[in-house]
Amino acid sequence: MTTLRHFETPLLKTSFHPRTEAANKLWSWGNWGGYTTALTFEDLSMEHSAIRNTATVYDLCPMIKYRVEGPDATAYLNRLTIRNAAKLSVGGVHYTAWVNDAGHLLDDGTLFRLAQDRYRICCQERHLNWLLDSGHGFDVTITEETEEIAALSLQGPTSAEILRLGGFGIDGLKPYRMAEFALGDGWLMISRTGFTGDLGYELWTTPDQALALWDRLFAAGALHGLRPIGSDALNIARLEAGFVITGLDFTPADTCLREDRLRSPLELGLGWLIDWDKGHFTGKAALHKQRATGTKWSFVGLEIDGNISAEGAILYHDRKHEIGVITGACWSPILKKNIALAQILTKHLAGVNIWTEIYALRELHYEKLMMVARVVDRPFFNPDRRRATPPGRF
Amino acid sequence: MQSFDTIVIGAGPNGLAAAQRLASKGAKVLVLEASGAPGGGAGLAHLSYNLDPRVAKSMALAQHGLVWQQTNLATTALGTDGKHLRMQGALGATLSGDVPEKDRAAWAALRTRLLRFAAVLAPLNQMSPPRIAKDAGNPMLRLGMIALKARMMGAREFRELGRIILTNVHDLLDDELSAPLLKGALAFDATLGGWLGPRSPNSVLPWLVRLSGQTAGVQGALGLPKGGMPALGAAMAKSAEAAGVTLHCNARAARIIVEDERVAGVTLADGEEIRARRVVSAIAPKTTLLNLVGPRHLDAGLTTRARHQKSRGGAAKLSLILRALPDFRGADLTDRLLIAGSEHDVERAFNPVKYGRVPEKPGMEIMIPTAHEPGTGGMHRLTAVAQFAPHAPADRDTARAAMLAACMAQLEAHAPGISAMVQSAEILMPYDIEDQYGLPGGQWHAGELSVEQMLFLRPLPGLAQYQGPIPGLWLASAGCHPGGGVSGTPGWNAALAMEAAQ
Ligand SMILES: Cc1cc2nc3c(=O)[nH]c(=O)nc-3n(C[C@H](O)[C@H](O)[C@H](O)COP(=O)(O)OP(=O)(O)OC[C@H]3O[C@@H](n4cnc5c(N)ncnc54)[C@H](O)[C@@H]3O)c2cc1C
Repeated sequence: MTTLRHFETPLLKTSFHPRTEAANKLWSWGNWGGYTTALTFEDLSMEHSAIRNTATVYDLCPMIKYRVEGPDATAYLNRLTIRNAAKLSVGGVHYTAWVNDAGHLLDDGTLFRLAQDRYRICCQERHLNWLLDSGHGFDVTITEETEEIAALSLQGPTSAEILRLGGFGIDGLKPYRMAEFALGDGWLMISRTGFTGDLGYELWTTPDQALALWDRLFAAGALHGLRPIGSDALNIARLEAGFVITGLDFTPADTCLREDRLRSPLELGLGWLIDWDKGHFTGKAALHKQRATGTKWSFVGLEIDGNISAEGAILYHDRKHEIGVITGACWSPILKKNIALAQILTKHLAGVNIWTEIYALRELHYEKLMMVARVVDRPFFNPDRRRATPPGRF
Repeated sequence: MQSFDTIVIGAGPNGLAAAQRLASKGAKVLVLEASGAPGGGAGLAHLSYNLDPRVAKSMALAQHGLVWQQTNLATTALGTDGKHLRMQGALGATLSGDVPEKDRAAWAALRTRLLRFAAVLAPLNQMSPPRIAKDAGNPMLRLGMIALKARMMGAREFRELGRIILTNVHDLLDDELSAPLLKGALAFDATLGGWLGPRSPNSVLPWLVRLSGQTAGVQGALGLPKGGMPALGAAMAKSAEAAGVTLHCNARAARIIVEDERVAGVTLADGEEIRARRVVSAIAPKTTLLNLVGPRHLDAGLTTRARHQKSRGGAAKLSLILRALPDFRGADLTDRLLIAGSEHDVERAFNPVKYGRVPEKPGMEIMIPTAHEPGTGGMHRLTAVAQFAPHAPADRDTARAAMLAACMAQLEAHAPGISAMVQSAEILMPYDIEDQYGLPGGQWHAGELSVEQMLFLRPLPGLAQYQGPIPGLWLASAGCHPGGGVSGTPGWNAALAMEAAQ
């Protein structure tokens, strides 16, 4: 075997790579933010089924992480993001988003309040320039800490039990709260958060503890159906939960070339995040104006007839006029429904006479299907166990 | 205390022009001036090259004390050998001195062209910059007229305008002329107040902007008010006060008060709060946004653009008290005297400044006020604008001393014996000018007047209509379109924009 030089293997490996590599029977890898990440380990259906019936781990290391700290951290985040960071108590987590001056989405992410003056932002895209530029005039330090933290998502009905068995007392931990535990000679931060819409946790530690953490979870989870999952299974779960992914459901404004593809939070169904009363924030004036005039685009959940995934399909009104595009779709195994997320012209929000054009590949021939789509509420799937505290013993 | 609906920050030419216009239309206007007297940069200035005729007329400056000593001052470009070049009439209409015949003809043609091109662009000065957004509601008729006038010059001239508009001064002059003194004088004028040398890209357009100005109806003419340029500032202040404007000197604005995301007034440096629904900032936009409003009230992208707005000043101001009248080898001391031996000298004076260093032989524009009006106690005054000087040298005091020495050496070379006459000497470097006058970087135009910071890009993209980023805030300084000089134009345009918005 020849040894490959670094530029021939440009994808980085995460802290969990020795374990994910051993588990990746299909050797199915993808590129997530420059890191080698598993798409499917063994069997997509089993992996998705584990999210909804047992428990799963998903390697979150490639998630971009920034630490924001200093006396002005809260003021800074309130200017940066559209939600009110001051309302987030220490130990809390909230979902948020940020926009440019024109009110166009740059990214969404989760904000962790680690201490009074210290936060962590977790997001999909790299934004250090924007975050640093936004720091001018604030007494705040922004550090990119993606490589300093190893993160693993533990999701599924038995996830809480696995943590208990692993020695972590999470019974009192409510959704969107976090707690810190000792791990080896280091620490483990557990937040009750996730991207599956199910009962689940995200585990944060230092890279040197990563493998020990993995092993401890798998020892504890042996009889609770714990298995690693790849991005493909997660994508189905996140669609069922109705979550948006930057780059898939909208094009981030800083990389978007076409003016008519820019989207605001109001157009992505994220208007509920905006705190209009917290004072100024970047993009507020533009969003205010858009709220007054109404948006051209809206973001919706759809149920579609049939069972063929409508990934990337075009939406039509009355089978004739293009009115939008599906940004994510799947056959939902848990709902037994064909679901989708879509950008749709606001004037068709009422959802009458909407059709999607699906190309079904059947043994090398496409069949063009025109299927009825209905606008439905998101999330598609939202089980009570997600919220129950203490979490159930499944 | 009296209440005001409008606060104007800065009693420079633009603040005064805006204040006068607003007050004459019925607004209750308070002008806050940090220094002890109104006039702002008029106190630095030598000559009038672009006083806005609308301002001069509407402010009735003649009634408020403006008297011209000269409305078309001649320039003498000094030669070290006493062979001076005298340029009389607007933009050197007639040349006397050692100039080759073919240069005279070529200059006559080039001069006509430059003035014609500048005149075509001149109407742009008196309007808000056109917007490039779709359906922006531009004054299409006025813009159409400018385009039509440009086209009516004929295909050849129109093509020539297109050819030179984005070139550099050095190449333009080099194409037509050969006499070093002539080229040096023109290159000096063209780059006066800029942060660019004659060879810098796009140096022609700012020159055309300068040449679009006029004095007493003559385009390109230089005016000297009786009492110097400060007298022009004083006349503007008188006119504003006559219109009902209240002027507070020694009142430095420290913050613009923003409440509920709109402007609510101004906090002074001493802590006093003055309330008003409208604040017109006639100090540099960069300072206004970053220091008076502050990033917390502004979008992050705008803050970054403001931080990156270029505002490097390259002009120093020298003031000498002399015990006797110097002799510049026979030059007429009532002229505007220039030291700029050639276009290369001008470029060479710019080179070190790029790296924060002082040039060995700065170019100089010299005025001797006491040659026009006698001074007190038999003393004489000489002032000079010296280019170029670094705006951010490694050590300010060292650079200041070096610049003074370089200026004195230049003067001594052109007026032997002058050093011995010096009673006192003071030089203001760009950073001193920033400290005293507030112009960021000591920049002549309160933000460089360069192609990428002109028209709809001035002061910043999205803010070119004089309307600030926060309701109730307006921008009216030289940092706005069409730029600096003691013109009052940006202030006047801003006032018109406020009227249009009502
Ligand atoms: C060295 C030099 C020589 C020049 N020579 C000429 C010339 O010969 N001819 C010419 O036409 N132009 C000349 N200029 C350019 C001219 O001076 C400026 O372009 C012009 O003065 C700009 O007018 P303004 O009203 O926008 O601002 P300014 O004239 O700068 O006026 C701003 C005023 O605001 C005040 N101020 C600043 N901060 C505050 C605050 N926080 N609160 C309250 N007040 C404040 C300042 O004291 C000042 O009075 C020269 C410039 C320089 C630097």
